[in-house]
Amino acid sequence: MNLVDSTQVNSTLLSSETASSERTLYPYVTGTSVIGIKYKDGILMAADMGASYGSTLRYKSVERLKPVGKHSLLGASGEISDFQEILRYLDELILYDNMWDDGNSLGPKEVHNYLTRVMYNRRNKFNPLWNSLILGGIKNGQKYLGMVSMIGVHFEDNHVATGFGNHLARPILRDEWNENLSFEDGVKLLEKCMRVLLYRDRSAVNKIQIAKITEEGFTTYPPYALKTFWNFSAFENPTVGAEGSW
Amino acid sequence: MFRNQYDTDVTTWSPAGRLFQVEYAMEAVKQGSAAIGLRSKTHVVLACVNKANSELSSHQKKIFKADDHIGVAIAGLTADGRVLSRYMRSECINYSYTYESPLPVGRLVVQLADKAQVCTQRSWKRPYGVGLLVAGLDESGAHLYYNCPSGNYFEYQSFAIGSRSQAAKTYLERKFANFMSSSREDLLKDALFALRETLQGEKLTSSACTVAVVGVGEAFHILDNQTVQTLIDSLEIAEEGPVNEEGPAADQGPPADLDPPADLGHPPAEPAVAPMDI
Repeated sequence: MNLVDSTQVNSTLLSSETASSERTLYPYVTGTSVIGIKYKDGILMAADMGASYGSTLRYKSVERLKPVGKHSLLGASGEISDFQEILRYLDELILYDNMWDDGNSLGPKEVHNYLTRVMYNRRNKFNPLWNSLILGGIKNGQKYLGMVSMIGVHFEDNHVATGFGNHLARPILRDEWNENLSFEDGVKLLEKCMRVLLYRDRSAVNKIQIAKITEEGFTTYPPYALKTFWNFSAFENPTVGAEGSW
Repeated sequence: MFRNQYDTDVTTWSPAGRLFQVEYAMEAVKQGSAAIGLRSKTHVVLACVNKANSELSSHQKKIFKADDHIGVAIAGLTADGRVLSRYMRSECINYSYTYESPLPVGRLVVQLADKAQVCTQRSWKRPYGVGLLVAGLDESGAHLYYNCPSGNYFEYQSFAIGSRSQAAKTYLERKFANFMSSSREDLLKDALFALRETLQGEKLTSSACTVAVVGVGEAFHILDNQTVQTLIDSLEIAEEGPVNEEGPAADQGPPADLDPPADLGHPPAEPAVAPMDI
């Protein structure tokens, strides 16, 4: 015990024995962009499997796309531990929903709104869950795709993205998305966006996971790497204009 | 039902395995004025007899809107009914706020039933003395439920509770097979017919009854007097019974939206009709 520092002594006298919980100040282990689009049969989402620890690309097999109940798919970027916490909340929510055992089930719209309430509530306590969430799903033929940010901003759209995806992927989607994308076209479109992100986002990792949700349910595809092209002439002879540099 | 040594509090079983206080609470429902509900695939109609105590007083409110898609008619201790309606409204709005979606009727009904059950198992409480006919619409269609003071609930095609409800039930039992495919108008007519059965010969007038509807594309609302009177008139015309009242336009002034002012001089031979319609 440091008797010289009186403020420290006072705080241990006044505060409870167990340290009061601190508020979220910054994220530690983070995932990068997630992209989601509506397509003919439901929702398609893509995310890489990376989780960075600051500037280190620390974890390379993190699943950031998870099913929720029978009708929804959740993708998250941001703090991974907060994402895991959200999955626990949703697990409990779906459990209680199933316990009613009455044929009703929470659809994607309801789950999205629930998440919005949770995120906004935490933001009001200055203790946010540091995530940007994409919630997509289909129920009774109605497709739904929405986003919630860590401060509780929420909206629905035909195509959404988080983080860098907002800046790099959405312009592509605005030009090339249409109502009747087949599964193959949807995946190609997502790959195009993920490739741009791979080139330009330093926290991207070349291990992509695609997941879809349709009336039949949730399906996730085995992770794979995107083909990239680096044989640009400027890269091949980088010092051609400036001898001696590197 | 006779008094006995096992009926003093709700937490005492009788040797025959009965909870008399709960059964007495259900008696209270039977003493209340009649309430009837019917449903089709797409609509649910609630109708109640609504006579005021005296010419000077207003009617007791018997139908409550819980949300755009759910309404309830009560019979029995109306104060208990009001409190439970407030609970229903609260549950509906909290669900809507969290999930941006209407509360499924089946869930609300279970919550009500569980609430009623608690009162049958606490020595410091008493059962609610009110029966609830819950009418609602959700994803799985139109529903009508009856919630009992005992904590039981049942889904019905059509049902009647309160005094002289047996007469209405008899009528409904004859007709219910067609209800599922009934149109909205036919459902309303059947409700009024059934209501009339409970009046045992007294004249059915719009000032003595309340009718409410909920349906696909139609939020729960209580029909205004004029609409109800038009329906009653069309019942009577169809039946070629003696029709001695003029069309509603002659009595009412401008078309009313909700609960228009008194129908003075409406059915002239009706002393039991309360002049105030609040």
